[in-house]
Amino acid sequence: METSFKNKVSVGWLFKMAWRDSRRSRSRLFLFVLSVITGIAALVAIYSLSNNLNTAINTQAAELLGADIRITTNQPPNKAVQHIIDSLNNESQHAEQRSFASMVVFKKNGGSRLVQVKALQGNYPFYGSLETDPLNAAISFRSQQAALVDATLMLQYNANVGDTIQVGNLNFVIAGKLLNAPGQTGFVTTIAPVVYIPLSYLSETGLLQKGSRVSYQYYFNPIQKQTIDEWVKKHRDFFEKNDANIDSVATQKESTSRYFADLTRFLSLVGFIALILGCMGVASAVNVYIKEKVNSIAVLRCLGVTSYQAFAIYFIQIMMAALLGAILGGLLGIGIQQLLPAVLKNFLPVNVSTAVSWKAVGQGIVIGLIMAILFTFLPLMAIRKISPLLAVRMDFEAKTKQSGSANSIIYVLIALFIWAFAHIQMKNTVQAVQFTIGIGVALLLLSWVARLLRFFVRRFFPTNSSYVVRQALANLYRPNNQTTLLMISIGLGTAFISILMLLQTVLLHRMQITAATNQPNMVLFDVQQDQKSGIDSLAKQVNVPYNNWVPIVNVRISALNGLSANRALSDTNQQVSKWLFRREYRVTYRDTLTNTEKIESGKWEGTYNGTGLPHISMEGNYAKRNGVKLGDTLTFNVQGLLVPTIVGSFRKVDWGNLQTNFLVVFPNHVLESAPQFWVLLTHIQNKHQSALFQQKVLNQFPNVSIIDLAMVLQILDSLLHKIAFVIQFMAGLSICTGIIVFVASVYISKYQRIREVVLLRTLGASSKQIFFINALEYFFLGFLAALTGIILGVIATWLLAVYIFETNFTIQFFPLALLILIICFVTVAIGLLNTRGILKQSPLAVLRNDVL
Amino acid sequence: MGDILQLQQVNKIYTSGGKELSVLENINFSVEAGTTLAIVGPSGSGKTTLLGLCAGLDKPTNGKIWLNGQSIEQLSEDGLAAIRNKYVGFIFQNFQLMPTLTALENVMVPLELRGEKHAKTNAMELLEKVGLANRHHHYPAQLSGGEQQRIAIARAFANKPALLFADEPTGNLDAETSEIIVHLIFDLNRAAGTTLVLVTHDVELAAKTQRIIRLKGGKIEQDSMAVSLNNHA
Repeated sequence: METSFKNKVSVGWLFKMAWRDSRRSRSRLFLFVLSVITGIAALVAIYSLSNNLNTAINTQAAELLGADIRITTNQPPNKAVQHIIDSLNNESQHAEQRSFASMVVFKKNGGSRLVQVKALQGNYPFYGSLETDPLNAAISFRSQQAALVDATLMLQYNANVGDTIQVGNLNFVIAGKLLNAPGQTGFVTTIAPVVYIPLSYLSETGLLQKGSRVSYQYYFNPIQKQTIDEWVKKHRDFFEKNDANIDSVATQKESTSRYFADLTRFLSLVGFIALILGCMGVASAVNVYIKEKVNSIAVLRCLGVTSYQAFAIYFIQIMMAALLGAILGGLLGIGIQQLLPAVLKNFLPVNVSTAVSWKAVGQGIVIGLIMAILFTFLPLMAIRKISPLLAVRMDFEAKTKQSGSANSIIYVLIALFIWAFAHIQMKNTVQAVQFTIGIGVALLLLSWVARLLRFFVRRFFPTNSSYVVRQALANLYRPNNQTTLLMISIGLGTAFISILMLLQTVLLHRMQITAATNQPNMVLFDVQQDQKSGIDSLAKQVNVPYNNWVPIVNVRISALNGLSANRALSDTNQQVSKWLFRREYRVTYRDTLTNTEKIESGKWEGTYNGTGLPHISMEGNYAKRNGVKLGDTLTFNVQGLLVPTIVGSFRKVDWGNLQTNFLVVFPNHVLESAPQFWVLLTHIQNKHQSALFQQKVLNQFPNVSIIDLAMVLQILDSLLHKIAFVIQFMAGLSICTGIIVFVASVYISKYQRIREVVLLRTLGASSKQIFFINALEYFFLGFLAALTGIILGVIATWLLAVYIFETNFTIQFFPLALLILIICFVTVAIGLLNTRGILKQSPLAVLRNDVL
Repeated sequence: MGDILQLQQVNKIYTSGGKELSVLENINFSVEAGTTLAIVGPSGSGKTTLLGLCAGLDKPTNGKIWLNGQSIEQLSEDGLAAIRNKYVGFIFQNFQLMPTLTALENVMVPLELRGEKHAKTNAMELLEKVGLANRHHHYPAQLSGGEQQRIAIARAFANKPALLFADEPTGNLDAETSEIIVHLIFDLNRAAGTTLVLVTHDVELAAKTQRIIRLKGGKIEQDSMAVSLNNHA
């Protein structure tokens, strides 16, 4: 029966009405647009980066490896491997490299530093180049007693080309600054700056001694290239069984892509958070917008527009705005994408182009639109419930809230979409659920804190304060306030920044505590048995403690409960961890526990009494991860000699201290006669003593490597700065979104405020009073939002410090106070800029109605 | 002529804060097509609620309402919207023009909703009838109160309604403008043969209608037609 009454509205008319209705509101609609721009821009930029990075890795993979094939081993290759190397040598251009950590001494000023020495022979790299200054140094150093030294390291030690460095027993002239090498990133060179020397001089340096940790690399550029991948695939298992690794351009491409997929996944999740924030802003703005349109909607309903048609008119408006926002976001994303390679340059081993990736632009726009639609559905659904009766009775209780079930469905859809997005990025269902829950919890926490703060303002309202203060405070909780939205947008941005600041402080502080106490702050390693007494006497000369010597023996596991390493590695049906057998262990022996470890389970055996098998102690987490249980029999290969043992205890180890910590500890009287080297843990009083001791040790024992806590702190600081830059950039996007959402909210609420401000003015309030009411309101908002963000930041950092980094939580109040101040200032400035128009508005015009 | 509007034992109860408030009680009357009727009464007597029910803007708590023979309780919100578009016109106290639409577009909306092809021409004709053709491109904010109400009247007659509801049509206007508006409503109403239901405080305006229903406390206190029927009896 009803169908006969249906009106004859076409889709075209709905678009026409949407266009007509938006006439006076387009500037406001444009503000919704702005809210989603940064989020979409972030996604487009990151997807573009990801696409361009993949292209770069694909086209530059050969330069990453520098050769077609690389064989790597951690000991001199065995006969079988050597045989293959020899046969490859006959068919290819080839090069050879040894790399290891060692000290270099800058002779000019005596400065010393642990570096990654690369002793090279041959024309490596065959693809790409060693970039040096001067240019020809990359070639010339190979035929002389000369070195290439990392450019940043040279700057740090004030060294110039032509200066001399000491590597082991030999001096090398610096032939050039090393600017870049295949596969090298700024991040890695911060930890281990590289020094190239010719391989022919390596033995004379005296650094290759028994027990030294050296990586052997063999590079090949075969004449026949067609069969390389097939050959590498075929020989992969062979090399694995012989404790060697083989890489080709294809495998390098794969592993590099995998690594960077993780990075871009992380970045896209951060970008997605900015988008969620923006969409919340849009939802809130649409909510206000629809409230203002209630009357028009009621009139339309009186004239015969159905609830779905009314919904469609506003849905079209919002969608058109969101589409415009998505397109603008896409364009901005293309702009940001030009910056990203520069922001990430320390992490990227390839040159990434900044070409526009239209696929990325499309992806970003589609995701942004879906999110915007889902979020705006929440306020738009309310349109369906607007009664036409509102047109005749303004006192009629506006039923603008949709039913709980409709809301729930939309919330579930939003959560599902967030989960689906996270799942596509992470490829892990559980992590995607955790991400979705995490976002939900953060948003809920922020809105709860906002609610709590509003409650307290109301509860402890300063009734005796001046009118201006009361009015400003009341604005925080009155109907249509923007408190929750601003709390979330500004609060989330502030939380990001404060976590970053606090974490940096916590990590550095932890190292500084170690430096300040009598705990070891200098470690000497690679000390040979016969060098021990010599170092003891040097320590005595400069008054450095020398009683904390730790022996180190390199071993491998050859069997677990009778299952041999060979069988475990070759039999795919075996459930044991292959990693357990594959790696080399640096173990020690002693009769007591150190202060950084305690027994978790089992019984500690300090000394082996000769009966039965010796009981070793394993680090608990490592044992659990690799399926080793108490009472298992582990047979160790101690450089050729098989030593069966029983797993007697598990230890909990605090890895965070500058200490020698071990996965496996033997009791005394088992390994004493095995080939071993020593580590000295000592405490240096000051810089001068440190320099003097290092100089004396390196003069006499150039093979010894020294780690000074001061240097570790310096590296850590530098690394944190590099990471912080990237995180700050990403947090910046969230903050930008927050600011835009804030501007939009203030701008939109301005239309709600205008009437009351005009009424106040009509009743005699001065412009100055109104100005202060606004300024105070925005100050309170900024202050509360920043405070909320910082509280969350402090809680998050405290959790991270205690549970992840297992360290004491410390706060520096000054930077946090400064952060609050800056956010308050920005909030007040933006708020006042936005509301300045209100003060200029003529009261009569507003009172006459419809000036908007 | 038959009845275009019938109300039978209509009650309206609002629930607010858990309390029930009876706004209309046992309302019974019918309106013959082509006649004019005024609903009068003091503030809070239920006039506007009654108008809302008669026009299908709301549904009664119990009782029956037939609008042009169609029982409105059975209709969905959208069914009611279609009925309004087809049979009902509105004139509001505060004009209720869409602020973002021009005068012409405001008048065109009901025609466009009916899918009329010559919406613009017809709307212009109506604007001419209310004497505002030359202001067709103006927005409501650019028009005086009287002009806005004339546009609203043009819009109300646009869909050639069978029933025209006017809620205090002169409530926001000065005496002189009110007179012009009243003339316009009655003239157009007469010309179109529309049934007019008027809600007003204004006794003089009510007196211009053929029948007056006086409400008090949600009940019909007096129905002039009943009185006259009684008198005739």
